[in-house]
Amino acid sequence: MDVRVDHVRKEFDRFAALHDVSLDIGSGELIALLGPSGSGKTTLLRLIAGLERPTAGRIFFGDEDASEKSVQARNIGFVFQHYALFRHMTILENVAFGLKVRPRATRPPAGEIRRRARELLELVQLPGLEKRYPNQLSGGQRQRVALARALAIEPKVLLLDEPFGALDAQVRRELRKWLRDIHDHTGHTTVFVTHDQEEALELADRLCVMSQGRIEQVGTPDSVYDHPASPFVFGFIGESSQLPVNVERGDVWLGDRPIGIAAPEKQGDARLFFRPHDIELVEDGAALSGVVAGSRRVGGTRRVELDIGGAAHRVEIDLPFDHPAGERTQLAFRPKRWRLFPAT
Amino acid sequence: MKTARPHRPVSPVSEPPGVRWALIALGVAFMGLFLVLPLAAVFSEALRQGLGAYLDALRQPDAQAAIRLTLLIAAIAVPLNVVFGVCASWAIAKFEFKGKAFLTTLIDLPFSVSPVISGLVYVLLFGSGSLLGPWLRAYGIEILFAVPGIVLATIFVTFPFVARELIPLMQDQGTGDEEAALSLGASGWQTFWRVTLPNIKWGLLYGVLLCNARAMGEFGAVAVVSGKIRGQTTTMPLQVEMFYNEYQATAAFALASLLALLALLTLVLKTALEWRFGDELAATGGGH
Repeated sequence: MDVRVDHVRKEFDRFAALHDVSLDIGSGELIALLGPSGSGKTTLLRLIAGLERPTAGRIFFGDEDASEKSVQARNIGFVFQHYALFRHMTILENVAFGLKVRPRATRPPAGEIRRRARELLELVQLPGLEKRYPNQLSGGQRQRVALARALAIEPKVLLLDEPFGALDAQVRRELRKWLRDIHDHTGHTTVFVTHDQEEALELADRLCVMSQGRIEQVGTPDSVYDHPASPFVFGFIGESSQLPVNVERGDVWLGDRPIGIAAPEKQGDARLFFRPHDIELVEDGAALSGVVAGSRRVGGTRRVELDIGGAAHRVEIDLPFDHPAGERTQLAFRPKRWRLFPAT
Repeated sequence: MKTARPHRPVSPVSEPPGVRWALIALGVAFMGLFLVLPLAAVFSEALRQGLGAYLDALRQPDAQAAIRLTLLIAAIAVPLNVVFGVCASWAIAKFEFKGKAFLTTLIDLPFSVSPVISGLVYVLLFGSGSLLGPWLRAYGIEILFAVPGIVLATIFVTFPFVARELIPLMQDQGTGDEEAALSLGASGWQTFWRVTLPNIKWGLLYGVLLCNARAMGEFGAVAVVSGKIRGQTTTMPLQVEMFYNEYQATAAFALASLLALLALLTLVLKTALEWRFGDELAATGGGH
């Protein structure tokens, strides 16, 4: 089932949480809504679910206008950050809930409901826990149950609100892979909200990066990472450094020095963005040169902080941890990949 | 080197043992004097002339009528306040609307008003000199000096008990479970019965206990509206006073002992609930 968000706006007490947002979600796609807190990503998810009503705009499920439909009628599966499992029900009862509350005409017989609930518990790799209660399970197990419960109603769309937000790093990584497997297995159109870029990059088919109630960029993880469309996306996805530069005569200048980058089509003040690992050290020629202000080892790389132009600008670059230049007090480098954005 | 003193298992932030014992002794003595002693007096007075006289006193028609009336009042007032309390807490905890703070304050009003005033309000509202009085008389509806008046006064006085217990509990639980149930296709009604009610059941029971104890024990408000018609509009607390004024000490204390027993039972159940379901009740901020 594809989902189309069409010029949706949402206000809470006059405060606009979303401004005119449009997004097409393909059938069977796994898409991440990514952004800092307050970016409107959870609001967008809740609007798709029908837990909130848009102030303006419409939401389509397939060709059908779902904007006025209640959350029950939309047939979505929703997974909450804090699980929202029913604490007085066993795990099996939790999973069976969505089927049990159906009107008699469409409700499967009790034996069938139990069988389906057991099947789902097997799918989420929790067989044998049917009779336990939610508070006897770990966080990771609870979130699996929550997903099984959402899948039980055979939803058209699966919506997850920071599903791994309350879990520790180890469990998160495990569940990420597991969610990807489940998605590939069931083929549901899946939308999940996260503020964790690593999670989004690793898990999603496409990212929808949001900031301050607007969509900044939509694209595959690679395209968003390699070709950020705005300074916000460049800063938010992955590591980056920025420098205020000046473009003149086809060259990029920092202060009164060219830095060895050609920018033939631009002119005037600009902001230069580059990633710490997209650089090459140079010995001579036009380059950015700086004094090493500090360095620390992060896994297999050495992250070096450089002061450029006195202490006016500080940037970060990555070197292999055993690179001899890591011992030096002065380094010169050129960004290999970079981007210029207009100065603000 | 300083002389090493042996460590004593005393927390550095606690008082010296002497002070602690003095404070505890003071507390216990105070409780004994003002709570335990009167309670013991009630039972000893009631049983002074033996168990036979005690049971005879409870068997006389006036006492029987008072017990029946009190049970009837509680049986009407408590369920009504349960329904109201659940509705009000649901509305306050789960929705945002204008005047919410005002409603929350209003629910507490009966706590801050003297019970006599609570009774008087109904006299002013339904009495013969009021606007509604003549109209009610024309249709032969009796409210004052009859069971309906007592029920109304009791509801007013016990108004906050259930709601006050549930509002913090429901606010603490939030709307996540309800949203989950709705997203799974449950109707609002199903969500209430299958998700919300089980989540609040212990808090609700706790509120019902307190509400019931107060409904059966209320004196002031009921005294104003009842008219104290023997055998008809005297509840147990009123009958206790009547017996006492008529120098029927055994009867008065026998009836009083029943009320005291109710109070003790409530206390035991309340403590049992707190002990068993302390986590779920913690959100209520320790009750009253």
